[in-house]
Amino acid sequence: MAEALGRTRGFAFVFPGIASELSTMSQTTATRTVVVTNPMGLHLRAADLIVKLVRQYDCKVELIRDRQRVEASGVLQLLGLGAEQGVQLELEATGPDAEQALDAVVKLFVDNFGE
Amino acid sequence: MKFADFISREAIRAELQADDKEGVIREMIQALLEAGKIESSEFESIVKAILKREELGSTGIGRGVAVPHTKHPSVDRLIGTVAVSREGVDFNSLDGERVQLFFLLISPPDRPGDHLRALENISRQLRDDTFCKFLKKAKSAVEIEQLLDEADNNQFVA
Repeated sequence: MAEALGRTRGFAFVFPGIASELSTMSQTTATRTVVVTNPMGLHLRAADLIVKLVRQYDCKVELIRDRQRVEASGVLQLLGLGAEQGVQLELEATGPDAEQALDAVVKLFVDNFGE
Repeated sequence: MKFADFISREAIRAELQADDKEGVIREMIQALLEAGKIESSEFESIVKAILKREELGSTGIGRGVAVPHTKHPSVDRLIGTVAVSREGVDFNSLDGERVQLFFLLISPPDRPGDHLRALENISRQLRDDTFCKFLKKAKSAVEIEQLLDEADNNQFVA
């Protein structure tokens, strides 16, 4: 283990840029797929719940519908997806909390946003 | 869905008089009533339903915009209107900003898809700063109509 760490350090010392990029990529991207089951679709209150939830995590979360990709940073973005019942969405998160954030967002979808 | 599909032109108001949330909602529903889009007997029931929805969380979605809305059995298709407040109104918005631009929507309970498509259209168009700014500065209902038409014709969103 110590040897492995030593090697990593050595690598980082020689190629700091590449090492930090590799480490960012490997530890911080998460993806999930959800289907909107709420009869009202991804409506305003649901969008607001997602935005407020995501704010609690240290990562950037995006929702993708076909070719449309929006950041879950505001309700205007999420409502622009027009995601009604039955629509499949890809979730993508980047950052230290990526996995936890998406687990929490998926739970909101599964729980029909508490409705 | 385009603005022309759900905004009642005769109910557009460029100069809201009200200076609080309930007042704005009443003034906009009154405009729909005067435009013949709702029955007078349903007026209070619709006001109550929209206020009840606001209690669940403000429909002030940020950027000085609010979309007060409700489902209501008295309408058989999605109806809506637009209004502008010169001074802006405290609407307990999600971003804390006062609201100048209002889109009020009433939809039949069995048509959630139409409501969602109207919200989709409104939010997509409002992401364009120019459209948002021009609407807030509009001085007449005709000017608002023209801006909505231009948005429908993809003048703002590429």
